[in-house]
Amino acid sequence: MAALRQIAFYGKGGIGKSTTSQNTLAALAEMGQKILIVGCDPKADSTRLILHAKAQDTVLSLAAEAGSVEDLELEDVMKVGYRDIRCVESGGPEPGVGCAGRGVITSINFLEENGAYDGADYVSYDVLGDVVCGGFAMPIRENKAQEIYIVMSGEMMAMYAANNISKGVLKYANSGGVRLGGLVCNERQTDKELELAEALAGMLGTKLIHFVPRDNIVQHAELRRMTVLEYAPESQQAEEYRQLAQKIHANAGNGTIPTPITMDQLEDLLMDFGIMKKEDESVIGKAAHVA
Amino acid sequence: MSQSAEKVLDHFELFREPEYKEMFANKKENFEYAVPLEEMKSQVEYAKTWEYREKNFNREALTVNPAKACQPLGAVFAAVGFESTLPFVHGSQGCVAYYRSHFSRHFKEPTSCVSSSMTEDAAVFGGLNNMVDGLANSYSLYKPKMIAVSTTCMAEVIGDDLNAFIKTSKEKGSIPAEYDVPFAHTPAFVGSHITGYDNALRGVLTHFWDGKAGTTEPMVRKPNDSINFIGGFDGYVVGNNREVKRILNEFGVDYTMLCDPSDVWDTPTDGEFRMYDGGTTLEDAANALHAKGTIVMQSICAEKTAAFIEEHGQEVARLHHPVGVAGTDEFLMAVSKLTGKPIPESLTKERGRLVDAIADSSAHIHGKKFALYGDPDLMLGLTAFLLELGAEPVHVLSTNGDADWAAKVQALFDASPFGKNCHVYAKKDLWHMRSLLFTEPVDFLIGNTYGKYLDRDTGTPLIRIGFPIFDRHHKHRYPVWGYQGAMNVLVTILDKIFDVMDADTNGIATTDYSFDIIR
Repeated sequence: MAALRQIAFYGKGGIGKSTTSQNTLAALAEMGQKILIVGCDPKADSTRLILHAKAQDTVLSLAAEAGSVEDLELEDVMKVGYRDIRCVESGGPEPGVGCAGRGVITSINFLEENGAYDGADYVSYDVLGDVVCGGFAMPIRENKAQEIYIVMSGEMMAMYAANNISKGVLKYANSGGVRLGGLVCNERQTDKELELAEALAGMLGTKLIHFVPRDNIVQHAELRRMTVLEYAPESQQAEEYRQLAQKIHANAGNGTIPTPITMDQLEDLLMDFGIMKKEDESVIGKAAHVA
Repeated sequence: MSQSAEKVLDHFELFREPEYKEMFANKKENFEYAVPLEEMKSQVEYAKTWEYREKNFNREALTVNPAKACQPLGAVFAAVGFESTLPFVHGSQGCVAYYRSHFSRHFKEPTSCVSSSMTEDAAVFGGLNNMVDGLANSYSLYKPKMIAVSTTCMAEVIGDDLNAFIKTSKEKGSIPAEYDVPFAHTPAFVGSHITGYDNALRGVLTHFWDGKAGTTEPMVRKPNDSINFIGGFDGYVVGNNREVKRILNEFGVDYTMLCDPSDVWDTPTDGEFRMYDGGTTLEDAANALHAKGTIVMQSICAEKTAAFIEEHGQEVARLHHPVGVAGTDEFLMAVSKLTGKPIPESLTKERGRLVDAIADSSAHIHGKKFALYGDPDLMLGLTAFLLELGAEPVHVLSTNGDADWAAKVQALFDASPFGKNCHVYAKKDLWHMRSLLFTEPVDFLIGNTYGKYLDRDTGTPLIRIGFPIFDRHHKHRYPVWGYQGAMNVLVTILDKIFDVMDADTNGIATTDYSFDIIR
């Protein structure tokens, strides 16, 4: 058996991380890979398309019921879904209280200690938004994910988040083995999106792994709590995810140490593509003109 | 009368002077807003009932007086057991002050341990700078051969990554690149001090055996004839380790004691301060990989370490703090089995002496009822010994013992006629024990110093066995392992039995017809 590949998907909230990762992992499962998904998002929606479930019982909610994580068994928290993909959701506290980052650490420690990774070809972490604290960096620590894939789009804030995540990866890349696997652009149909994504990838010292075009079939599948791979396996969109899966599969060991850029450089990039105008200082802070 | 320089009153006497009595009464009357005395008394009585006991055992959200400490305490214990090793706790100073004082109060010796002194800014920005500066300071000020790093709650909540931090510290030059800095994540809010001991000891072995965090090649095991001995978190470590060394020397086996703080917690007063003394040498810690097998004296306390050693190809003998005849037999047979050497005649003779001593005192201990609490391995060892003596360990309780542990205790009960009316309580605290002692009274309570409140409240005489023992001195110097150790435990129990018997029969012309010279 090949060595365990550990990967992680990061990206700005609402960018389509969970959708992209689940579809891609479904495609990897189609290729015969044994997959374990570890959702590291308090919303716990990283596995719904695989499990056809609203939301999975999370490690932390079950632990809260049982009294402590030590009282849990692996079977309690791990569910098996489409193509035998094993799914675990870390979960987290109610909004506004507690520490979700510590929840991620607790959950991953529990999974490791209880042999959740045994027999898997891929472990994929689906991580909320930014690397906002040490807990959300847990998947990038040594002996965890080797490659980080950042899901982004041509929107400025998505690119800003991608840059921030690169900073997080860089922090751990020198002392450990984590690398940036590449960017995945989830099309938002913004101006010159592909070119921008490629340019940003270049500046970050990585590559655009795949450009996933926008297709409504993804929404149709989502409403049925299915991946496109399962809902419409013959569709063009399913083919896109298969391509992405193959690229990730072939990308082992090709990750790089990212070279994050400054906010100014990011704005310059947008100007270069004509999305922002250089002498546009006049528009800043002005409301839209109502005729 | 107030204080005078000629005759200074200590707190025993001073606060009994009239002016203090008056002040306390005044404070109580005017400021404490206490419930009426009658109401308090009725509540005290209610707390002794079965009804209250049931409520108490249905308690879900609250722990009162847990009989356990937190992970980093165990990590510090493990660290000081290595040669010239400085325990370094990544976290705030207050935590480390607690570990130092806790050990110093028990062993009556200073315990050197440093913190990375994290404050609020470290909580916000991460503790990397504290690690970098802390390691540099510790290295140059205290000149240890090794710094063993563990963590507190604060560093764990913010998710500080020790591996990355230590590497970065080396890159920044605070300590040399090849300097030994084993580490273990020891979140204080998970498990107990025995978990921390386990994590830290495994951290040290992982460091030496598995290639020093990726900086050297992992060692390759070349099996030899020696064995390793792991004692676990043990309040009697000073006496026990010396006794175990004597036993292993009687056997004539080649051994390595992994984690041996018996010297650093018993330094002589001869004018020289020893910040470090004795301990497992770093070379021995590394070469322990090649041993034939390992004896783990408290295997619940070293669960992960034992599994780690097994994965590296060694045979592991898992014991549970063996005390007594059968317990020591099991220990010695494990040594004999691992090494292929027969049990020495001298030890067989010690066994006979212990059996003789037990027989001499059997009349007094047989049928006595005991309640005991403490670490899970210790409870297994003491339960087995009490059953062996024909005593009844009626309540056996552990805060850090789980369902697996409880099943093991139950198996001991089931195997003995004296275990018939005995019960085991996993994950319970000393407030539960209080209810047990009121509703189902026993003759004696066995536990650490904190049991003295139960002794006072419930009138159950406390026999001090366990950790910590703060209010009696030097108990840690006397072994509880081996036949000699069992003899010490036997004598400790008997002394209390006779003290109570004397106190119960010393009434002049009323009960003193039994106030005998001979017991």
